[in-house]
Amino acid sequence: MTLSNEQILAQLAEKMPGAALSSEIARDGILNIHTTREQIIELLLLLRDDEQLGFNFLTTLCAIHYPDNAGQELGVVYHLHNWQQNVRIRLKIFFPIDDPHVPTATGLWPTANWMERQEYDFFGVIFTGHPDLRRILNVDDMEVFPMRKEYRLEDGTRTDKDDRFFGRDGHVGQSFD
Amino acid sequence: MQVQSYFSSLDSLDGELATLNLGPTHPATHGIFQNVLKMDGERIVSAEPTIGYIHRAFEKIAEHRPYYQVTPLTDRLNYCSSPINNMGWHMTVEKLIGCELPKRAEYMRVIIMELSRIADHLVCNTVIGVDTGALTGFTYMFQERERIYELFEEVCGSRLTTNIGRIGGMERDFTPVFHKKLKDFLKTFPARFEEFTGLLERNRIFMDRCIGAGPITAERAMAYGFTGPNLRAAGVDYDVRAMSPYSRYGDFEFDIPVGVNGDTYDRFCVRQEEIRQSLRIIHQAYNNLPEGEYHAEVPDYYLPDKPDVYTKMEALIYHFKVVMAEVPVPVGEVYHSVEGGNGELGFYLVSDGGRQPYRLHFRRPCFIFYQAYPEMIKGSMLSDAILTMSSMNVIAGELDA
Repeated sequence: MTLSNEQILAQLAEKMPGAALSSEIARDGILNIHTTREQIIELLLLLRDDEQLGFNFLTTLCAIHYPDNAGQELGVVYHLHNWQQNVRIRLKIFFPIDDPHVPTATGLWPTANWMERQEYDFFGVIFTGHPDLRRILNVDDMEVFPMRKEYRLEDGTRTDKDDRFFGRDGHVGQSFD
Repeated sequence: MQVQSYFSSLDSLDGELATLNLGPTHPATHGIFQNVLKMDGERIVSAEPTIGYIHRAFEKIAEHRPYYQVTPLTDRLNYCSSPINNMGWHMTVEKLIGCELPKRAEYMRVIIMELSRIADHLVCNTVIGVDTGALTGFTYMFQERERIYELFEEVCGSRLTTNIGRIGGMERDFTPVFHKKLKDFLKTFPARFEEFTGLLERNRIFMDRCIGAGPITAERAMAYGFTGPNLRAAGVDYDVRAMSPYSRYGDFEFDIPVGVNGDTYDRFCVRQEEIRQSLRIIHQAYNNLPEGEYHAEVPDYYLPDKPDVYTKMEALIYHFKVVMAEVPVPVGEVYHSVEGGNGELGFYLVSDGGRQPYRLHFRRPCFIFYQAYPEMIKGSMLSDAILTMSSMNVIAGELDA
Protein backbone atom coordinates (compact mmCIF):
# COMPACT_ATOMS: atom_id res chain seq x y z
CA MET A 1 0.00 0.00 0.00
CA THR A 2 1.58 3.22 -1.03
CA LEU A 3 1.54 6.38 0.95
CA SER A 4 -0.97 8.78 -0.55
CA ASN A 5 -0.71 12.54 -0.41
CA GLU A 6 -3.81 12.67 1.84
CA GLN A 7 -2.19 10.23 4.25
CA ILE A 8 0.97 12.34 4.39
CA LEU A 9 -1.06 15.42 5.23
CA ALA A 10 -3.12 13.55 7.82
CA GLN A 11 0.04 12.20 9.45
CA LEU A 12 1.59 15.65 9.53
CA ALA A 13 -1.53 17.23 11.02
CA GLU A 14 -1.46 14.61 13.74
CA LYS A 15 2.25 14.55 14.53
CA MET A 16 3.21 18.14 14.01
CA PRO A 17 0.09 20.30 13.97
CA GLY A 18 0.57 23.66 12.39
CA ALA A 19 3.67 22.67 10.44
CA ALA A 20 1.98 22.69 7.08
CA LEU A 21 0.78 26.24 6.43
CA SER A 22 -0.77 25.18 3.17
CA SER A 23 -0.36 22.50 0.59
CA GLU A 24 -1.19 21.76 -3.01
CA ILE A 25 -0.54 19.12 -5.61
CA ALA A 26 1.86 20.36 -8.27
CA ARG A 27 1.53 19.60 -12.00
CA ASP A 28 3.79 16.59 -11.62
CA GLY A 29 1.60 15.10 -8.89
CA ILE A 30 4.10 15.82 -6.12
CA LEU A 31 2.68 17.17 -2.86
CA ASN A 32 3.93 20.68 -2.08
CA ILE A 33 3.96 21.70 1.56
CA HIS A 34 4.56 25.27 2.61
CA THR A 35 6.07 25.74 6.02
CA THR A 36 8.20 28.21 7.93
CA ARG A 37 11.94 28.32 8.44
CA GLU A 38 11.40 28.03 12.18
CA GLN A 39 9.77 24.65 11.70
CA ILE A 40 11.66 23.31 8.72
CA ILE A 41 14.34 21.28 10.52
CA GLU A 42 11.87 19.70 12.91
CA LEU A 43 9.63 18.88 9.97
CA LEU A 44 12.49 17.39 7.94
CA LEU A 45 13.48 15.31 10.94
CA LEU A 46 9.93 14.05 11.37
CA LEU A 47 9.60 13.23 7.68
CA ARG A 48 12.90 11.38 7.71
CA ASP A 49 12.60 9.41 10.92
CA ASP A 50 8.90 8.70 11.27
CA GLU A 51 8.18 5.09 10.42
CA GLN A 52 5.02 5.80 8.49
CA LEU A 53 6.45 8.75 6.57
CA GLY A 54 9.96 7.50 5.92
CA PHE A 55 11.30 10.17 3.56
CA ASN A 56 14.84 8.85 3.87
CA PHE A 57 16.48 10.59 0.93
CA LEU A 58 17.18 14.27 0.32
CA THR A 59 17.04 14.40 -3.46
CA THR A 60 17.99 18.03 -3.82
CA LEU A 61 17.40 21.47 -2.43
CA CYS A 62 17.41 24.75 -4.25
CA ALA A 63 16.66 28.40 -3.65
CA ILE A 64 14.31 30.57 -5.66
CA HIS A 65 13.86 34.33 -5.87
CA TYR A 66 10.54 36.15 -6.31
CA PRO A 67 11.46 39.85 -6.14
CA ASP A 68 7.82 40.96 -6.15
CA ASN A 69 6.73 38.96 -3.09
CA ALA A 70 7.35 41.61 -0.47
CA GLY A 71 8.66 40.09 2.74
CA GLN A 72 8.87 36.63 1.14
CA GLU A 73 11.32 37.29 -1.66
CA LEU A 74 13.59 34.31 -1.18
CA GLY A 75 12.64 30.70 -0.83
CA VAL A 76 14.23 27.30 -0.41
CA VAL A 77 12.66 24.22 -1.93
CA TYR A 78 13.51 20.77 -0.56
CA HIS A 79 12.82 17.60 -2.54
CA LEU A 80 12.52 14.49 -0.39
CA HIS A 81 12.01 10.95 -1.56
CA ASN A 82 10.65 7.94 0.29
CA TRP A 83 12.44 5.02 -1.36
CA GLN A 84 10.41 2.25 0.24
CA GLN A 85 7.07 3.57 -0.94
CA ASN A 86 8.48 5.53 -3.86
CA VAL A 87 6.76 8.78 -2.93
CA ARG A 88 8.21 12.23 -3.40
CA ILE A 89 7.41 15.38 -1.49
CA ARG A 90 8.41 19.01 -1.87
CA LEU A 91 8.78 21.42 1.05
CA LYS A 92 8.90 25.16 0.59
CA ILE A 93 9.87 27.97 2.90
CA PHE A 94 9.87 31.67 2.10
CA PHE A 95 11.54 34.49 3.98
CA PRO A 96 12.56 38.13 3.49
CA ILE A 97 15.64 38.88 1.40
CA ASP A 98 16.91 41.28 4.08
CA ASP A 99 17.07 38.46 6.57
CA PRO A 100 18.03 35.41 4.50
CA HIS A 101 18.72 33.03 7.38
CA VAL A 102 17.68 29.40 7.24
CA PRO A 103 18.77 26.65 9.63
CA THR A 104 21.04 24.13 7.98
CA ALA A 105 20.03 20.58 7.14
CA THR A 106 23.61 19.31 7.22
CA GLY A 107 22.92 17.72 10.60
CA LEU A 108 20.29 15.52 8.98
CA TRP A 109 21.99 14.70 5.71
CA PRO A 110 25.68 15.32 4.99
CA THR A 111 24.70 15.72 1.34
CA ALA A 112 23.04 19.03 2.24
CA ASN A 113 26.52 20.48 2.74
CA TRP A 114 27.40 21.29 -0.86
CA MET A 115 23.78 21.81 -1.88
CA GLU A 116 23.49 24.58 0.71
CA ARG A 117 26.86 26.04 -0.24
CA GLN A 118 25.65 26.21 -3.82
CA GLU A 119 22.47 28.07 -2.90
CA TYR A 120 24.43 30.41 -0.66
CA ASP A 121 26.79 31.05 -3.54
CA PHE A 122 24.02 31.92 -5.99
CA PHE A 123 21.24 33.40 -3.87
CA GLY A 124 22.93 34.48 -0.64
CA VAL A 125 20.81 32.26 1.57
CA ILE A 126 22.67 32.01 4.86
CA PHE A 127 22.30 28.54 6.30
CA THR A 128 22.91 29.04 9.99
CA GLY A 129 24.89 26.29 11.62
CA HIS A 130 26.46 25.18 8.35
CA PRO A 131 29.99 23.91 9.05
CA ASP A 132 31.66 25.51 6.04
CA LEU A 133 29.47 28.10 4.32
CA ARG A 134 31.74 29.38 1.54
CA ARG A 135 31.23 30.00 -2.13
CA ILE A 136 31.56 26.81 -4.11
CA LEU A 137 31.24 27.35 -7.86
CA ASN A 138 31.92 31.09 -8.20
CA VAL A 139 35.16 32.85 -7.39
CA ASP A 140 35.77 33.56 -3.72
CA ASP A 141 35.90 37.34 -4.11
CA MET A 142 32.62 37.70 -5.95
CA GLU A 143 30.50 40.38 -4.33
CA VAL A 144 27.01 39.58 -5.58
CA PHE A 145 24.67 36.61 -5.51
CA PRO A 146 24.27 36.20 -9.25
CA MET A 147 21.13 34.07 -9.48
CA ARG A 148 19.01 36.80 -7.91
CA LYS A 149 16.65 38.21 -10.48
CA GLU A 150 18.05 41.74 -10.45
CA TYR A 151 21.24 40.58 -12.13
CA ARG A 152 20.70 40.53 -15.83
CA LEU A 153 22.56 38.13 -18.00
CA GLU A 154 23.35 40.50 -20.82
CA ASP A 155 22.72 44.15 -21.50
CA GLY A 156 19.03 44.83 -21.21
CA THR A 157 19.11 46.89 -24.36
CA ARG A 158 17.30 44.55 -26.67
CA THR A 159 14.14 46.11 -28.03
CA ASP A 160 13.17 43.67 -30.76
CA LYS A 161 11.03 41.61 -28.42
CA ASP A 162 8.29 44.01 -27.36
CA ASP A 163 5.91 41.78 -25.45
CA ARG A 164 2.86 43.83 -26.44
CA PHE A 165 3.20 42.65 -30.03
CA PHE A 166 3.02 39.04 -28.93
CA GLY A 167 -0.16 39.22 -26.89
CA ARG A 168 1.60 39.29 -23.56
CA ASP A 169 1.78 41.84 -20.82
CA GLY A 170 5.31 42.82 -20.18
CA HIS A 171 8.09 45.09 -21.03
CA VAL A 172 10.41 45.87 -23.83
CA GLY A 173 13.72 44.10 -23.73
CA GLN A 174 13.29 42.38 -20.41
CA SER A 175 12.40 38.85 -21.25
CA PHE A 176 15.59 37.97 -23.06
CA ASP A 177 17.93 40.45 -21.46
CA MET B 1 41.63 8.27 15.80
CA GLN B 2 42.71 6.61 12.65
CA VAL B 3 44.45 9.77 11.58
CA GLN B 4 46.43 9.95 14.80
CA SER B 5 48.15 6.68 14.07
CA TYR B 6 49.51 8.00 10.78
CA PHE B 7 51.32 10.80 12.53
CA SER B 8 53.47 8.28 14.25
CA SER B 9 53.84 5.88 11.34
CA LEU B 10 57.24 5.13 9.90
CA ASP B 11 56.27 6.54 6.52
CA SER B 12 56.24 10.12 7.62
CA LEU B 13 59.12 12.50 7.15
CA ASP B 14 60.22 13.28 10.67
CA GLY B 15 56.59 13.20 11.75
CA GLU B 16 55.78 16.15 9.52
CA LEU B 17 52.85 16.41 7.15
CA ALA B 18 53.31 17.55 3.59
CA THR B 19 50.77 19.54 1.59
CA LEU B 20 50.26 18.29 -1.92
CA ASN B 21 48.39 20.32 -4.46
CA LEU B 22 46.73 17.85 -6.78
CA GLY B 23 45.24 19.77 -9.68
CA PRO B 24 43.51 21.91 -10.96
CA THR B 25 45.03 20.42 -14.07
CA HIS B 26 46.73 17.16 -13.47
CA PRO B 27 47.03 14.36 -16.00
CA ALA B 28 45.76 11.82 -13.50
CA THR B 29 42.52 13.53 -12.54
CA HIS B 30 40.72 13.52 -15.91
CA GLY B 31 39.16 16.92 -15.49
CA ILE B 32 39.70 20.23 -13.85
CA PHE B 33 39.39 19.89 -10.12
CA GLN B 34 41.80 20.77 -7.41
CA ASN B 35 42.44 18.78 -4.28
CA VAL B 36 44.71 20.12 -1.60
CA LEU B 37 45.90 17.02 0.18
CA LYS B 38 47.59 16.74 3.53
CA MET B 39 49.98 13.89 3.11
CA ASP B 40 51.77 11.78 5.64
CA GLY B 41 54.30 10.07 3.44
CA GLU B 42 52.12 8.51 0.79
CA ARG B 43 48.99 8.41 2.90
CA ILE B 44 46.26 11.01 2.74
CA VAL B 45 45.40 12.59 6.06
CA SER B 46 42.82 14.99 4.71
CA ALA B 47 41.63 16.40 1.42
CA GLU B 48 40.08 19.72 0.53
CA PRO B 49 38.44 19.75 -2.88
CA THR B 50 37.88 22.96 -4.81
CA ILE B 51 35.44 22.87 -7.68
CA GLY B 52 33.92 25.33 -10.10
CA TYR B 53 36.78 25.66 -12.59
CA ILE B 54 34.50 25.14 -15.55
CA HIS B 55 31.35 26.66 -14.08
CA ARG B 56 29.31 28.17 -16.93
CA ALA B 57 26.23 29.45 -15.10
CA PHE B 58 23.79 27.06 -16.78
CA GLU B 59 21.00 27.74 -14.31
CA LYS B 60 21.27 31.47 -14.95
CA ILE B 61 21.52 31.10 -18.72
CA ALA B 62 18.51 28.76 -18.69
CA GLU B 63 16.40 31.54 -17.19
CA HIS B 64 17.12 33.59 -20.30
CA ARG B 65 16.59 31.03 -23.04
CA PRO B 66 13.42 29.60 -24.54
CA TYR B 67 12.79 25.97 -23.67
CA TYR B 68 14.19 24.49 -26.85
CA GLN B 69 17.43 26.43 -26.42
CA VAL B 70 18.03 24.90 -23.00
CA THR B 71 18.72 21.52 -24.60
CA PRO B 72 22.26 22.43 -25.75
CA LEU B 73 23.04 23.48 -22.17
CA THR B 74 22.14 20.02 -20.93
CA ASP B 75 24.55 18.53 -23.50
CA ARG B 76 27.36 20.03 -21.55
CA LEU B 77 26.46 18.60 -18.16
CA ASN B 78 27.62 15.01 -18.36
CA TYR B 79 29.15 15.19 -21.82
CA CYS B 80 29.94 11.47 -21.80
CA SER B 81 26.23 10.71 -22.14
CA SER B 82 24.66 13.87 -23.54
CA PRO B 83 21.59 12.16 -25.05
CA ILE B 84 20.34 11.11 -21.61
CA ASN B 85 20.56 14.71 -20.41
CA ASN B 86 18.84 15.99 -23.55
CA MET B 87 15.99 13.57 -23.24
CA GLY B 88 15.64 14.11 -19.52
CA TRP B 89 15.11 17.77 -20.29
CA HIS B 90 12.64 17.06 -23.11
CA MET B 91 10.66 14.80 -20.79
CA THR B 92 10.60 17.53 -18.14
CA VAL B 93 9.05 19.98 -20.56
CA GLU B 94 6.69 17.31 -21.87
CA LYS B 95 5.58 16.68 -18.30
CA LEU B 96 4.90 20.38 -17.88
CA ILE B 97 2.92 20.75 -21.09
CA GLY B 98 1.20 17.38 -20.66
CA CYS B 99 2.40 15.77 -23.87
CA GLU B 100 2.13 12.02 -24.52
CA LEU B 101 4.59 10.51 -26.95
CA PRO B 102 3.87 7.77 -29.49
CA LYS B 103 5.29 4.40 -28.52
CA ARG B 104 7.80 4.45 -31.36
CA ALA B 105 9.30 7.75 -30.24
CA GLU B 106 9.75 6.46 -26.71
CA TYR B 107 11.36 3.22 -27.87
CA MET B 108 13.70 5.22 -30.09
CA ARG B 109 14.65 7.31 -27.08
CA VAL B 110 15.30 4.21 -25.01
CA ILE B 111 17.65 2.86 -27.68
CA ILE B 112 19.58 6.13 -27.82
CA MET B 113 19.72 6.52 -24.05
CA GLU B 114 20.98 2.99 -23.49
CA LEU B 115 23.60 3.43 -26.20
CA SER B 116 24.84 6.51 -24.42
CA ARG B 117 24.86 4.68 -21.10
CA ILE B 118 27.11 2.10 -22.69
CA ALA B 119 29.39 4.87 -24.02
CA ASP B 120 29.47 6.52 -20.60
CA HIS B 121 30.27 3.32 -18.71
CA LEU B 122 32.88 2.35 -21.30
CA VAL B 123 34.75 5.58 -20.67
CA CYS B 124 34.62 5.13 -16.92
CA ASN B 125 35.63 1.49 -16.83
CA THR B 126 38.39 1.75 -19.39
CA VAL B 127 39.78 4.74 -17.53
CA ILE B 128 39.84 2.71 -14.33
CA GLY B 129 41.96 0.33 -16.36
CA VAL B 130 44.25 3.14 -17.49
CA ASP B 131 44.73 4.33 -13.93
CA THR B 132 45.74 0.86 -12.86
CA GLY B 133 48.24 0.71 -15.70
CA ALA B 134 46.24 -1.15 -18.34
CA LEU B 135 46.00 1.07 -21.41
CA THR B 136 45.11 -1.66 -23.89
CA GLY B 137 41.46 -2.02 -22.97
CA PHE B 138 41.01 1.71 -23.26
CA THR B 139 42.29 1.86 -26.81
CA TYR B 140 40.15 -1.11 -27.87
CA MET B 141 36.97 0.08 -26.25
CA PHE B 142 37.30 3.61 -27.59
CA GLN B 143 36.82 2.13 -31.04
CA GLU B 144 33.48 0.79 -29.85
CA ARG B 145 32.57 4.13 -28.32
CA GLU B 146 33.40 5.68 -31.65
CA ARG B 147 30.82 3.40 -33.28
CA ILE B 148 28.21 4.59 -30.81
CA TYR B 149 29.07 8.17 -31.71
CA GLU B 150 28.63 7.31 -35.36
CA LEU B 151 25.14 6.12 -34.49
CA PHE B 152 24.39 9.43 -32.77
CA GLU B 153 25.77 11.26 -35.75
CA GLU B 154 23.38 9.36 -37.96
CA VAL B 155 20.41 10.44 -35.83
CA CYS B 156 21.22 14.05 -35.03
CA GLY B 157 24.33 15.11 -36.92
CA SER B 158 26.63 15.57 -33.97
CA ARG B 159 28.63 13.27 -31.80
CA LEU B 160 29.57 14.52 -28.35
CA THR B 161 27.27 17.42 -27.57
CA THR B 162 24.35 15.91 -29.36
CA ASN B 163 21.30 18.15 -28.88
CA ILE B 164 19.40 15.01 -29.83
CA GLY B 165 15.63 14.77 -29.99
CA ARG B 166 13.11 17.54 -29.65
CA ILE B 167 10.39 18.52 -27.22
CA GLY B 168 7.64 16.16 -28.37
CA GLY B 169 9.72 13.36 -29.83
CA MET B 170 12.69 12.76 -32.07
CA GLU B 171 13.75 15.16 -34.81
CA ARG B 172 13.75 12.47 -37.50
CA ASP B 173 13.21 8.78 -37.91
CA PHE B 174 16.10 6.31 -37.82
CA THR B 175 17.79 6.28 -41.21
CA PRO B 176 18.63 3.09 -43.14
CA VAL B 177 22.30 3.67 -42.34
CA PHE B 178 21.44 3.85 -38.65
CA HIS B 179 19.62 0.53 -38.84
CA LYS B 180 22.56 -1.04 -40.59
CA LYS B 181 25.10 0.34 -38.15
CA LEU B 182 23.02 -0.51 -35.09
CA LYS B 183 22.54 -4.10 -36.24
CA ASP B 184 26.24 -4.35 -36.87
CA PHE B 185 27.01 -2.90 -33.46
CA LEU B 186 24.65 -5.26 -31.66
CA LYS B 187 26.20 -8.19 -33.47
CA THR B 188 29.87 -7.44 -32.93
CA PHE B 189 30.02 -5.39 -29.75
CA PRO B 190 29.28 -8.14 -27.17
CA ALA B 191 32.23 -10.30 -28.24
CA ARG B 192 34.64 -7.36 -28.23
CA PHE B 193 33.33 -6.21 -24.89
CA GLU B 194 33.88 -9.67 -23.42
CA GLU B 195 37.47 -9.48 -24.68
CA PHE B 196 37.88 -6.33 -22.60
CA THR B 197 36.18 -8.08 -19.68
CA GLY B 198 38.63 -10.93 -20.03
CA LEU B 199 41.55 -8.54 -19.75
CA LEU B 200 40.46 -6.99 -16.46
CA GLU B 201 37.54 -8.46 -14.60
CA ARG B 202 39.34 -11.45 -13.08
CA ASN B 203 42.85 -10.12 -13.57
CA ARG B 204 44.76 -10.66 -10.33
CA ILE B 205 46.80 -7.44 -10.58
CA PHE B 206 43.71 -5.41 -11.38
CA MET B 207 41.70 -6.97 -8.57
CA ASP B 208 44.45 -6.46 -6.01
CA ARG B 209 44.62 -2.86 -7.06
CA CYS B 210 40.88 -2.15 -6.93
CA ILE B 211 39.43 -4.25 -4.15
CA GLY B 212 39.19 -2.16 -1.01
CA ALA B 213 40.13 1.11 -2.73
CA GLY B 214 37.82 3.99 -1.80
CA PRO B 215 35.01 2.05 -0.13
CA ILE B 216 31.79 3.54 1.19
CA THR B 217 29.00 1.87 3.14
CA ALA B 218 25.41 1.83 1.94
CA GLU B 219 24.31 4.05 4.86
CA ARG B 220 26.94 6.70 4.18
CA ALA B 221 26.27 6.55 0.45
CA MET B 222 22.57 7.22 0.99
CA ALA B 223 23.25 9.99 3.48
CA TYR B 224 25.60 11.57 0.94
CA GLY B 225 22.90 11.46 -1.71
CA PHE B 226 24.60 8.84 -3.90
CA THR B 227 22.59 7.49 -6.80
CA GLY B 228 23.44 5.46 -9.85
CA PRO B 229 26.26 2.92 -10.15
CA ASN B 230 28.16 4.34 -7.19
CA LEU B 231 25.20 3.73 -4.89
CA ARG B 232 24.44 0.34 -6.39
CA ALA B 233 28.07 -0.70 -5.85
CA ALA B 234 27.41 -0.14 -2.14
CA GLY B 235 24.50 -2.57 -2.30
CA VAL B 236 21.37 -0.42 -2.72
CA ASP B 237 19.29 -1.29 -5.76
CA TYR B 238 17.90 2.18 -6.45
CA ASP B 239 17.52 2.85 -10.16
CA VAL B 240 15.23 5.55 -11.54
CA ARG B 241 14.46 3.42 -14.59
CA ALA B 242 12.87 0.81 -12.33
CA MET B 243 11.58 3.08 -9.55
CA SER B 244 9.78 5.67 -11.65
CA PRO B 245 9.81 4.26 -15.18
CA TYR B 246 9.84 6.96 -17.83
CA SER B 247 9.83 6.53 -21.58
CA ARG B 248 8.22 3.06 -21.21
CA TYR B 249 11.12 1.45 -19.38
CA GLY B 250 8.42 -0.63 -17.72
CA ASP B 251 8.07 -2.60 -20.98
CA PHE B 252 11.57 -3.99 -20.78
CA GLU B 253 13.11 -6.68 -18.69
CA PHE B 254 16.45 -5.86 -17.14
CA ASP B 255 18.32 -6.58 -13.93
CA ILE B 256 19.80 -4.04 -11.57
CA PRO B 257 23.27 -5.20 -10.57
CA VAL B 258 24.42 -4.37 -7.07
CA GLY B 259 27.79 -4.64 -5.35
CA VAL B 260 28.66 -5.38 -1.74
CA ASN B 261 31.58 -3.30 -0.54
CA GLY B 262 31.09 -0.05 -2.44
CA ASP B 263 34.75 -0.02 -3.42
CA THR B 264 36.41 0.62 -6.77
CA TYR B 265 36.16 -2.99 -7.85
CA ASP B 266 32.43 -3.13 -7.12
CA ARG B 267 31.84 0.10 -8.98
CA PHE B 268 33.74 -1.36 -11.94
CA CYS B 269 31.74 -4.58 -11.86
CA VAL B 270 28.40 -2.81 -11.51
CA ARG B 271 29.16 -0.73 -14.60
CA GLN B 272 30.32 -3.81 -16.50
CA GLU B 273 27.03 -5.56 -15.79
CA GLU B 274 25.02 -2.45 -16.58
CA ILE B 275 26.56 -2.40 -20.04
CA ARG B 276 25.27 -5.94 -20.57
CA GLN B 277 21.86 -4.98 -19.23
CA SER B 278 21.76 -1.93 -21.50
CA LEU B 279 22.44 -4.19 -24.46
CA ARG B 280 19.56 -6.36 -23.30
CA ILE B 281 17.26 -3.34 -23.22
CA ILE B 282 18.40 -2.19 -26.67
CA HIS B 283 17.70 -5.65 -28.09
CA GLN B 284 14.20 -5.65 -26.64
CA ALA B 285 13.45 -2.10 -27.76
CA TYR B 286 14.88 -2.58 -31.24
CA ASN B 287 13.25 -5.94 -31.90
CA ASN B 288 9.89 -4.60 -30.77
CA LEU B 289 10.25 -1.16 -32.31
CA PRO B 290 6.66 -0.28 -33.19
CA GLU B 291 5.57 1.36 -36.40
CA GLY B 292 4.16 4.85 -36.20
CA GLU B 293 5.12 8.43 -35.73
CA TYR B 294 8.44 9.43 -34.24
CA HIS B 295 7.00 12.52 -32.60
CA ALA B 296 3.79 13.67 -30.94
CA GLU B 297 1.30 16.02 -32.56
CA VAL B 298 2.21 19.15 -30.65
CA PRO B 299 2.50 21.88 -33.29
CA ASP B 300 2.96 24.49 -30.57
CA TYR B 301 6.30 22.98 -29.60
CA TYR B 302 7.44 20.68 -32.38
CA LEU B 303 8.78 22.27 -35.56
CA PRO B 304 6.78 21.47 -38.72
CA ASP B 305 8.37 19.74 -41.69
CA LYS B 306 10.67 22.12 -43.49
CA PRO B 307 9.10 21.70 -46.97
CA ASP B 308 5.72 22.60 -45.44
CA VAL B 309 7.17 25.79 -44.00
CA TYR B 310 7.90 26.98 -47.51
CA THR B 311 4.55 26.01 -48.99
CA LYS B 312 1.89 26.10 -46.27
CA MET B 313 0.73 29.12 -44.35
CA GLU B 314 -0.18 27.16 -41.22
CA ALA B 315 3.22 25.51 -41.03
CA LEU B 316 4.98 28.83 -41.54
CA ILE B 317 3.06 30.38 -38.66
CA TYR B 318 3.87 27.51 -36.32
CA HIS B 319 7.50 27.53 -37.41
CA PHE B 320 7.76 31.21 -36.60
CA LYS B 321 6.03 30.81 -33.27
CA VAL B 322 8.21 27.89 -32.17
CA VAL B 323 11.45 29.59 -33.16
CA MET B 324 10.46 32.86 -31.52
CA ALA B 325 9.25 30.92 -28.45
CA GLU B 326 5.81 32.50 -28.70
CA VAL B 327 4.10 29.36 -27.54
CA PRO B 328 1.71 28.88 -24.64
CA VAL B 329 3.45 27.26 -21.67
CA PRO B 330 1.40 26.32 -18.60
CA VAL B 331 2.17 27.90 -15.27
CA GLY B 332 3.40 25.39 -12.75
CA GLU B 333 6.31 23.38 -11.50
CA VAL B 334 7.56 19.91 -12.28
CA TYR B 335 10.38 17.69 -11.16
CA HIS B 336 11.51 15.00 -13.51
CA SER B 337 14.43 12.66 -13.13
CA VAL B 338 16.13 10.15 -15.37
CA GLU B 339 18.81 7.60 -14.68
CA GLY B 340 21.86 9.32 -16.07
CA GLY B 341 25.25 7.71 -16.48
CA ASN B 342 26.08 8.65 -12.91
CA GLY B 343 22.73 8.48 -11.19
CA GLU B 344 19.55 10.41 -10.73
CA LEU B 345 19.71 13.42 -13.00
CA GLY B 346 16.84 15.67 -11.96
CA PHE B 347 15.31 18.77 -13.47
CA TYR B 348 13.23 21.04 -11.26
CA LEU B 349 11.45 23.44 -13.56
CA VAL B 350 9.33 26.37 -12.41
CA SER B 351 7.34 28.03 -15.15
CA ASP B 352 5.52 31.33 -14.84
CA GLY B 353 4.04 30.98 -18.31
CA GLY B 354 6.81 33.02 -19.91
CA ARG B 355 9.03 32.20 -22.84
CA GLN B 356 11.82 30.85 -20.66
CA PRO B 357 11.94 28.93 -17.40
CA TYR B 358 11.40 31.06 -14.33
CA ARG B 359 13.79 28.81 -12.48
CA LEU B 360 15.51 25.66 -13.58
CA HIS B 361 17.50 23.66 -11.09
CA PHE B 362 19.61 20.71 -12.14
CA ARG B 363 20.10 17.89 -9.69
CA ARG B 364 23.53 16.83 -10.85
CA PRO B 365 24.58 13.47 -9.44
CA CYS B 366 28.32 14.21 -9.80
CA PHE B 367 28.06 17.41 -7.80
CA ILE B 368 26.20 15.63 -5.05
CA PHE B 369 28.38 12.58 -4.63
CA TYR B 370 31.75 14.24 -5.13
CA GLN B 371 31.49 15.79 -1.67
CA ALA B 372 31.96 12.32 -0.19
CA TYR B 373 35.36 12.05 -1.87
CA PRO B 374 37.47 13.39 1.04
CA GLU B 375 35.83 10.92 3.38
CA MET B 376 36.35 8.04 0.96
CA ILE B 377 40.06 8.62 0.45
CA LYS B 378 40.99 9.52 4.01
CA GLY B 379 43.79 7.27 5.19
CA SER B 380 44.33 5.70 1.79
CA MET B 381 47.34 5.85 -0.50
CA LEU B 382 47.58 8.61 -3.08
CA SER B 383 47.43 6.12 -5.94
CA ASP B 384 44.18 4.70 -4.52
CA ALA B 385 42.73 8.20 -4.37
CA ILE B 386 43.35 8.66 -8.09
CA LEU B 387 41.70 5.33 -8.76
CA THR B 388 38.75 6.17 -6.52
CA MET B 389 38.15 9.38 -8.40
CA SER B 390 38.11 7.70 -11.78
CA SER B 391 35.84 4.94 -10.53
CA MET B 392 33.36 7.49 -9.18
CA ASN B 393 33.25 8.87 -12.73
CA VAL B 394 33.26 12.51 -11.70
CA ILE B 395 32.57 14.46 -14.89
CA ALA B 396 33.69 18.07 -14.56
CA GLY B 397 30.87 19.39 -16.74
CA GLU B 398 28.21 17.90 -14.53
CA LEU B 399 30.09 18.79 -11.37
CA ASP B 400 30.34 22.48 -12.20
CA ALA B 401 27.32 23.09 -14.42
